[in-house]
Amino acid sequence: MSHKPVENFVPACPIPISEYSRVLMAHGGGGRLMHQLISRMFLAAFHNPLLAQQHDAAVAEWSGKKLAFTTDSYVVRPIFFPGGDIGSMAVHGTVNDLAMSGARPVYLSSAFILEEGLPMETLWRVVCSLRDAARRCNVQIITGDTKVVDKGKGDGLFINTAGIGVIEHDRQIAPPSVRAGDVVLVNGDLGRHGMAIMAVREGLEFESRIDSDSAPVHEVVLELIHAGVEIHCLRDLTRGGLASALNEIAGAAGVKIAIEQKAVPVREDVHAACEMLGLDPLHVACEGRFAAFVAAKEADRALAILRRHAVGAGAAVIGRVVENSAPRVTLRSAIGASRILDMPSGEQLPRIC
Amino acid sequence: MKYLDEYRDADLAQKLAREIHQVTTRPWNIMEVCGGQTHAIVKFGIDELLPKQINLIHGPGCPVCVTPLEIIDQALEIAARPNVIFASFGDMLRVPGSTTDLLSVKAKGGDVRIVYSPLDAVRLAEQNPAREVVFFGVGFETTAPATAMAIYQAAQKGLKNFSMLISHVLVPPSIEALMSSPDCRVQGFLAAGHVCTVMGYEEYPPLAARYHVPIVVTGFEPLDILQGVLMVVRQLESGRAEVENQYARAVRREGNRPAQELIRRIFKVVPRKWRGVGEIPQSGLGLNDGYAAYDAERKFGLAGRRVEEPADCLSGLVLRGQIKPHECPAFGTKCTPEHPLGATMVSSEGACAAYYRYRCQAPEAATKIK
Repeated sequence: MSHKPVENFVPACPIPISEYSRVLMAHGGGGRLMHQLISRMFLAAFHNPLLAQQHDAAVAEWSGKKLAFTTDSYVVRPIFFPGGDIGSMAVHGTVNDLAMSGARPVYLSSAFILEEGLPMETLWRVVCSLRDAARRCNVQIITGDTKVVDKGKGDGLFINTAGIGVIEHDRQIAPPSVRAGDVVLVNGDLGRHGMAIMAVREGLEFESRIDSDSAPVHEVVLELIHAGVEIHCLRDLTRGGLASALNEIAGAAGVKIAIEQKAVPVREDVHAACEMLGLDPLHVACEGRFAAFVAAKEADRALAILRRHAVGAGAAVIGRVVENSAPRVTLRSAIGASRILDMPSGEQLPRIC
Repeated sequence: MKYLDEYRDADLAQKLAREIHQVTTRPWNIMEVCGGQTHAIVKFGIDELLPKQINLIHGPGCPVCVTPLEIIDQALEIAARPNVIFASFGDMLRVPGSTTDLLSVKAKGGDVRIVYSPLDAVRLAEQNPAREVVFFGVGFETTAPATAMAIYQAAQKGLKNFSMLISHVLVPPSIEALMSSPDCRVQGFLAAGHVCTVMGYEEYPPLAARYHVPIVVTGFEPLDILQGVLMVVRQLESGRAEVENQYARAVRREGNRPAQELIRRIFKVVPRKWRGVGEIPQSGLGLNDGYAAYDAERKFGLAGRRVEEPADCLSGLVLRGQIKPHECPAFGTKCTPEHPLGATMVSSEGACAAYYRYRCQAPEAATKIK
């Protein structure tokens, strides 16, 4: 028996050193660099059928029940911002991820990474906010973890939450269910969370305060499902904004999505702030907004249900799925010409969630 | 949004487009000088509304794109030093130098900070007296007054730990350089409206006369650009070569005199190298002798080095309007916003970035992120 060296035994890094030898902030920005990191490193290393769903939450069968499972870390700076804080956000974000697979959120975990020197009063405010948000969302925090790192090695406080939800229907709410002819809805105006953080971080002052849109959306999603609305796919519009979410779904479903710029709700102050800073509101993160792909005949009913809830009061139809084709997202501009709506490349805003 | 939506009206845009169709009888090459205009054209699809005979050529008006590789390398070297806070507009961070970029310097521990105004950098210097604060002073005449004000304030405050790496460039000499080139195809110009808010347009009539080209000072919204194109085409069709002002709501003939005075107080006109174009005489700003202490190049002893551009990058041809971005063989393959060969692929005013973002189909199927 020959002893040839086993060539592929050496574990080679799937991201060639020639590209980026170190992690950049842009690798966490929700754009194309982050997608490359996830697909080439994490998906390649951990691949399995459940991970391959690449949904906001993984859906698995367990003793005849369908369960949804997700996790998310929260590193937003500042910890307290207009319209929310890291505590409530750590509940809303994970609850929303569960809701995007059509699950009813049930249990959360919460893990704290605390920096030495963090005022106890600050920590208590965050803990109370987490507790109150969990109560409002009707979920229980049933396990957790606490770590403290040296001063200067953290940034006050980071939180990770994981969540479990139950799926009590037979609908497949996932990209493969998206069909040509589906309409695309959003539940309200876009870009407020990202711009609220940006305004505080950069000391920008606008005439009116921009509050984050951080909010739980599971109740309205469950009502849509219980009302029998034919929902094909849901996706929350966090980092990378609407543009990233739609490109992800176009890619996963193999469809072309056409959006009308004029139909996309963006508040005037958010629009103005974006113009000033050279940002596209469609790339800016939200924390209480989602896109819903529903059968065209159901659009009006879905809108009516959404608008009955505070979190869906600004709901609108923004476009439709045009055809099964090479995946792409197009946008009809204000002057009526059409262009590609690409996902952002790297970082749009610093640490917003 | 007030003062913007009025200039993005679909019906008025169609009306202007129809007028352009009516007056156009033959092919014309029109250059929009400013990268901000290029982005508006591609983002709103303005060129799709124009007759086939109108060829919009994208000009060199992207200050990030024309900053020479030597200066980017100097920035990278300064930013990597331990006692330096390197302050820059966000656009410069992804611009590739010979071996790396500012984002990577930051990832290795360099203190690189994004600022929105040069005055923020002056404030950083005040707040960090034990550290050297260096601002990357890049831009056209539009940003020159703010850069000049930062130097002026630093001098007033007697700051010793503040300096600037300067690569300021001027628009009229670049138009002259383009027009005097034997292979120039440009027959009319949309001049950069924002530059003219500061400088006015008294510099342009001699250029229009010497090269017999119409020059129309033009704004940045879709209706501005369509109206600017219409004004240039009308001149071309009737054989005129005049300077006209489409952007009258913001630009006066004489410009902003106090801003010009401030620029003259701090800066002198010097020859500058433009990335991809070469050295253009009298085309840039350098610090006046009285402010030489604020010159980072001098302070850090970095002057006088030369480096070669990567051979694969044709951004020079793009900046001179010789080719369109997608005609470069590296476009979208070897050169993407994530892995750029040249600055035109990453600057928010770069023509390659505009084509990639609004025209090119994303080649890689997206991965779900949260």
